[in-house]
Amino acid sequence: MTKSIMIVGVGGQGSLLASTLLGKLLVTEGYDVKVSEVHGMSQRGGSVVTYVRYGDKVYSPIIDKGAADCIISFEKLEAARWVQYLKEDGVIITNTQQIDPMPVVTGATEYPAQILTELSEKVTVDALDALSLAEEAGSSRAVNIVLMGRLARQLDIPCEKWEEALRQVVKPKFIDINLKAFSLGYNYAE
Amino acid sequence: MKELLIGNAAVARGLYEAGVSVVSSYPGTPSTEITEMAAKYDEIYCEWAPNEKVAMEVAFGASVRGKRSACAMKHVGLNVAADPLFTLSYTGVNGGLVICVADDPGMHSSQNEQDSRHYAQAAKVPMLEPSDSKEALEFTKLAFELSEEYDTPVFIKMCTRVAHSQSIVETSDRVLPEDKPYVKNPAKYIMTPANATKRHPFVEERTKKLTAYAEQADINREEYADSDFGIITVGTCYQYVKEVFGDSVSVLKLGMINPMPVDRIRKFAEKVGKVYIVEELDGIIETHVKNLGIDCTGKELFSNIGELSQLTVATAFGMDMPEFKSVDTDVPGRPPVMCAGCPHRGMYYTLAKNKITVLGDIGCYTLGAAPPLCALDTTLCMGASVSGLHGFNKAGGKDTEGKTVCVIGDSTFMHSGITGLVNIAYNGSNSTVIILDNSITGMTGHQQNPTTGYNIKGDPAAKIDLETLCKAVGINRVRVVDPYNLAECDVALKEELAAEEPSVIISRRPCILLKNVKTKPSLIVSESKCKSCKMCLKLGCPAISMHEGKAHIDPTLCVGCGVCTQLCKFDAINEGGQC
Ligand SMILES: Cc1ncc(C[n+]2csc(CCOP(=O)(O)OP(=O)(O)O)c2C)c(N)n1
Repeated sequence: MTKSIMIVGVGGQGSLLASTLLGKLLVTEGYDVKVSEVHGMSQRGGSVVTYVRYGDKVYSPIIDKGAADCIISFEKLEAARWVQYLKEDGVIITNTQQIDPMPVVTGATEYPAQILTELSEKVTVDALDALSLAEEAGSSRAVNIVLMGRLARQLDIPCEKWEEALRQVVKPKFIDINLKAFSLGYNYAE
Repeated sequence: MKELLIGNAAVARGLYEAGVSVVSSYPGTPSTEITEMAAKYDEIYCEWAPNEKVAMEVAFGASVRGKRSACAMKHVGLNVAADPLFTLSYTGVNGGLVICVADDPGMHSSQNEQDSRHYAQAAKVPMLEPSDSKEALEFTKLAFELSEEYDTPVFIKMCTRVAHSQSIVETSDRVLPEDKPYVKNPAKYIMTPANATKRHPFVEERTKKLTAYAEQADINREEYADSDFGIITVGTCYQYVKEVFGDSVSVLKLGMINPMPVDRIRKFAEKVGKVYIVEELDGIIETHVKNLGIDCTGKELFSNIGELSQLTVATAFGMDMPEFKSVDTDVPGRPPVMCAGCPHRGMYYTLAKNKITVLGDIGCYTLGAAPPLCALDTTLCMGASVSGLHGFNKAGGKDTEGKTVCVIGDSTFMHSGITGLVNIAYNGSNSTVIILDNSITGMTGHQQNPTTGYNIKGDPAAKIDLETLCKAVGINRVRVVDPYNLAECDVALKEELAAEEPSVIISRRPCILLKNVKTKPSLIVSESKCKSCKMCLKLGCPAISMHEGKAHIDPTLCVGCGVCTQLCKFDAINEGGQC
């Protein structure tokens, strides 16, 4: 069976590193893997999405509506934007951070304050303040790894394997911060 | 070795393994990484050319000299390179020549979604279309063999989903082809009418031979199953078809989209009965199949707008949509924006404030079209702002000259803005051209260009001096302003618009994302001084928003550019520690 994971967020939040990490890990686990990302225009602060699919044999690199086993969202409004892509029994892992999009900044519209509550009523949501956890780990830029730590709970891959993959994708200088971020995400309890 | 690579990196690997010597390209999403990755191999000479036409001609020169060469571009880049393309088809090659072109169905980062396969047919140039990274690598190597065997340039056609999807490839070593000396051959390389008349029949004959190749080539593949219909498909659509049907339906996968086989398609149609065509954008395969007198269904079921997916394939064949949940709340859009500290912002604010009509161009600065700046009036294609302004002013005369400008980035100006400026000087329109010089090709992810002083490897290179260049083409009034200084921008704009001759304003400050650009600490809003007038919001800076009725600056985004400080009448925005 092919598994489908989406990573969504705001351009510039570091989702490319998260998908690189996940891709590497899944390849070493012996899966066929496809990772699809869109470069370019959307990276300038726009809404961004990466598709990760793995299994014995993966054909399509993209994920359609109603087809994702898990959506990892770097920002809560983005979780709501992409929720239609979730399978009926899928899980959304989301950062509770709020980043105002330009139409909110200009006052053309408002940021829906209760969005997480509504989302939780509809689908299974695992929400955490990944920004605070990242800061606790030593860098606000480690939000992506906190969330990968959280994802590790959903996948059947031992933590040591994640650690090995992490060592391959981050610079030695930052490995301690990232290992801590991973573990804070993994072990977070409300 | 097995590696997970994006399609573009796989093409680059293919170039490397095929022993390519010269790669010349102009960046453009989703093709850019082909050349960026190729440049990581020291064995390949790589460069950013000023535009796609130059890039293709460089590849031509290298090929004539006897080396394998390539160029890469996005779909619209092929329009720019169309002139050499059509005659390159006649001259053919000496060393193998491969043209990589990447389409963008769904327009993730493009101004249109033209289908490059039309060019392959129109120019009578063979085109291979991989469906994943593994094929991207293999097809690239094969393309060089075909190029040399059939004496033709060969296209590798990518699309966003193949170019930017990672999948597993098998890499091998670089093999250098035998050196082909350059031998003078005017009948082949000088395309005067007398010579070209003889080359055209060669091209027609070549297409016949390539069709014969397509009849037996492995890259076209039948996968028969026990089904009462069959599907002909290509590229990423093949993956969608397989995702939906697995091995339960007969499929003819075309790896070579031009020329297409004839007998094989006839045979496939006979075997499978009903034929469906699954292809993105235009019905190119469908037209071919119908021209063979074979009944088939294609664009009746699949839109020629945007991308397809496994879901569009499944629902077209009558399967149900899966269940999914949505929220009732309206989710505000999140369009891309100019970064906090973007040097384009100050000039755009000045233009918007003065209610100037602005003919725009393509780059990060196209984002100035969005609210709240709404600073642009047109965007057509690269370079069109300068030439368009000349036309606008020739038509409008005194009516428009004093209140219309064009804006164009440094890379875009070198690409195709300079010819427009020559026209303004030569044919004398009283036009004001603004070059937004952020010292880099920003939109496509920071490529060097002739104005930056560095080459693709980051080594120092000759640097075009824009001021001298503009003066040399005949513009007398050339001035440089700092877009972080609003007063300076305002004065320059008013004076140049008032002047009775053409002028160029160079709005110069490097892109804030460049590694060597020093940022300043975040600015802070003094809540007691802030009168909630929202003047600072007019800049459309993503770092500034309203929180509990007062302006607020996000310290993780603000780079201290100070443009908002100049707008605040109440002195409420200051450097940290001052309030
Ligand atoms: C013919 C063509 N080639 C390439 C592109 C892709 N592209 C869009 S904008 C751009 C360059 C932008 O650089 P610059 O003019 O310096 O502006 P900046 O993004 O730095 O503001 C490129 C290469 C295109 N749209 N059309």
